[in-house]
Amino acid sequence: MVEKFDCIVVGAGMSGNAAAYTLAKKGLSVLQLERGEYSGSKNVQGAIMYADMLEKIIPDFRDDAPLERHLIEQRFWMMTENAHTGMHYRSDSFNEAAPNRYTIIRSQFDKWFSRKVREAGAILLTETTALELIFDAYGVCVGVRTDREGGIVHADVVVLAEGVNGLLGSRAGLRQPPKPETVALAVKEMHFLPQETIESRFNVKGDEGVVIEAVGAISQGMTGMGFIYSNKESLSVGIGCLVSDYAKAGETPYGLLEKFKAHPSVKPLLEGSEVKEYSAHLIPEGGYKAIPQLCGDGWVVVGDAAQLNNNVHREGSNLAMTSGRMAAEAIFQIKSRKEKMTKANLKRYPDAMEASFVMKDMRKYKDIPALLHTNSRNFFLTYPELVAKAMENFVRVDGTPKREKESATFAAFRKTRGLGGLVTDAFKLARAWR
Amino acid sequence: MSAMIPVRVEEKLYQNRYVVDAGRGHIKIVPHETPSANLLAMIKLCPAGCYALNENGKVEIATDGCFECGTCRVLCEPSGDLEWNYPRGGYGVLFKFG
Repeated sequence: MVEKFDCIVVGAGMSGNAAAYTLAKKGLSVLQLERGEYSGSKNVQGAIMYADMLEKIIPDFRDDAPLERHLIEQRFWMMTENAHTGMHYRSDSFNEAAPNRYTIIRSQFDKWFSRKVREAGAILLTETTALELIFDAYGVCVGVRTDREGGIVHADVVVLAEGVNGLLGSRAGLRQPPKPETVALAVKEMHFLPQETIESRFNVKGDEGVVIEAVGAISQGMTGMGFIYSNKESLSVGIGCLVSDYAKAGETPYGLLEKFKAHPSVKPLLEGSEVKEYSAHLIPEGGYKAIPQLCGDGWVVVGDAAQLNNNVHREGSNLAMTSGRMAAEAIFQIKSRKEKMTKANLKRYPDAMEASFVMKDMRKYKDIPALLHTNSRNFFLTYPELVAKAMENFVRVDGTPKREKESATFAAFRKTRGLGGLVTDAFKLARAWR
Repeated sequence: MSAMIPVRVEEKLYQNRYVVDAGRGHIKIVPHETPSANLLAMIKLCPAGCYALNENGKVEIATDGCFECGTCRVLCEPSGDLEWNYPRGGYGVLFKFG
């Protein structure tokens, strides 16, 4: 007998859990497929979670969600081989009753989210790999074939929450597979330290936390970023660069990670830590221009699978949650009107996305990926070096008259990049940011 | 540059949990005479160090330590160098923290 559900959700990450939860809460019959042993066993993220997007799904999540630290301080570092120039923002206003963002540990957070999904009434089938989408003779998606025995399941609509490297949608020709230029490869380690050590090293108390995000020489001229996120009893330490840049540079990701960890600005923070996991994952970096068609007859695509990641503000999981929720709400509306899950009806979902912050933000930064990619050596090697030189000239007192020092700083900028180059880059960046 | 710090990726993988599907590697390299540039790039690029050059000058893969990240799929599938699939349900990497 072939089982039929209102919806099948492929994947139990952020977008899949958000969709399955919303659908089940609204009373639809939901089958969720997850190839791992539990939700979260295949998922990797830094990770920072923004409260607002989860509040819209589970308003009282703070009562029992496994949250690590709420963030009160953000450090941006521009790194050279042996220095960093930083901009730090720390504010006590982030110590609010309902904090704005938290560090989380994905495998633990996802287990919690998944429990909520099941409590809402969805059926979760773990250890089940979805193999392909099934279409009827009219090209309407009607179900999924899994690797379980007799593993065909049918539904009115399939929510593709299959992650950045989802095979189903791309193999069915619903979207292009990611390209080396539109995904970054990030590697990460979990460094465990006593809670007191983390608090003293980062100058925080209680559940307060700090984020460090670093660009510059650490990515060897590639478009990339390093990060250190403080969890309760661990630090998430990682670095990510575009796959296309990696292929050209011939660097190993773990070599780059080791170099980042050995940097004199980073090493003391990690001193004495115990590493308990090493992981890797792709991050969608293509921006607005890489977002595929979001729906068709009998299917929608959400989260990383739809390249929904704001790489400027590093918002991946909250766009995933928001897209999962919006797709689910659209499906519910169609279902409650007893209409069919056609492309025309499902268009409510991309329409809602267009009207929300998601697509507004994605459109705002549509030119940033190309700019950073084509100018990566300037933005990631030359400028951090120049800024560090300027800072050193300013700070170091060695008997050289200050006017001479300033002239040397300006000369270095002009000589390295040329005035035209500087103005052009500033103009391009301003235009892409606007 | 990264060669300055010797890194053994095997030691990093030792921390991780896997359920290995013995004899059923989920990624297969299409038989080749001379490896393509992209296949050769994977020797350095694979974050789990699954790719290696054998004594016959061909690229081999051992997927036991694979993160299922998809980097090799993105780079090598379009040129037909690989057959790429996820492991069977329940197999492969099992992140404790992710």
